[in-house]
Amino acid sequence: MKRSLFLSLLGLPLWLAAGLAMALAIGQPVEFDNEAQKRQYDTLVRELRCTVCQSETIHESNAELAADMRRRVYDMTLAGHDADAIIEFMVQRYGDYVRYRPPLQANTWLLWASPFLLMFGGALVWWRIVVGRRGMAERPDFTEQERAVLERLRHDA
Amino acid sequence: MKLRLLLPLLATLALLGLLFVGLGMNSRDLPSPLVGKPAPAFALEALEDAERLITEQDFIGEVALVNVWATWCSTCRSEKPLLMELAAGGIPIHAFNYRDERDAALRYLGVSGNPYRTIAYDPHGDAGIDWGVYATPETYVLDAEGVIRYKRIGPLSRQLLLDEVLPLVEKLRAEQLRAEKLREARGVAQS
Repeated sequence: MKRSLFLSLLGLPLWLAAGLAMALAIGQPVEFDNEAQKRQYDTLVRELRCTVCQSETIHESNAELAADMRRRVYDMTLAGHDADAIIEFMVQRYGDYVRYRPPLQANTWLLWASPFLLMFGGALVWWRIVVGRRGMAERPDFTEQERAVLERLRHDA
Repeated sequence: MKLRLLLPLLATLALLGLLFVGLGMNSRDLPSPLVGKPAPAFALEALEDAERLITEQDFIGEVALVNVWATWCSTCRSEKPLLMELAAGGIPIHAFNYRDERDAALRYLGVSGNPYRTIAYDPHGDAGIDWGVYATPETYVLDAEGVIRYKRIGPLSRQLLLDEVLPLVEKLRAEQLRAEKLREARGVAQS
């Protein structure tokens, strides 16, 4: 029992180190001519979707296609293309789906409008409830007799 | 008053309906922006001969399929008998050998038969990106002018061939014939 605990404690850092090494490998390539290029690359790989592992950016994905796409982004960045040109390049090949930030266009307006529509709907419901409450009957006026009965009930309890 | 009670029920039903439709949708069925566009340019070595250069022009000329495959892709292997049939039926099939090893690919084709007319060797997926390849196997239909008219991500099936691919090939061939006749007629008129 103790031995296995010891082994697993020893194994843990190794395991973590292996994970770190892999993470570094995914992050390649890392050499740029200047800071602006590095920033552009870092932004773009987090904004482009890997089309194989559909809920990962190409920065996170381990798929070979993502590696290809990263390499292409890297090459194009070094060659001086700006971010829009690179995104356009990917969209032409893989469609709007590669963009994690969808553009505002005819088939996405509902997507963009949906938070505001939901908020509007919520506000409408809230407003109706408030108005409904306001319209409720005022506190009823008790007669002398009723007051006396209520008083008595309270004291007896 | 009754309507107010029914409203949540209706809303819930609508949501359930939406989710149900969503269940039936395949998230891999992505529209390809390349359909309707000319075949992207590339220049790669031929699989059989590293000295020979293949470009998109080698794929263009008649209505043809372009298949993206690799030996490590088991779905490609199971799809291959269909390709053999298509090739035997007279439909030219060109191919990208995608992220593969030349020796392995050649050995595989040698053993199990080769349905491909032209094979471009793309070990690093260079042409793959330009052709918007997601994953093997993928199949494109090119018309005689080299315009991509159809793209299938994933394996072909007999049903798919009968329903979509073969009718399209027929239609494109008819278009090609018409275009050629028109050109001939114009040629005659001019001379």
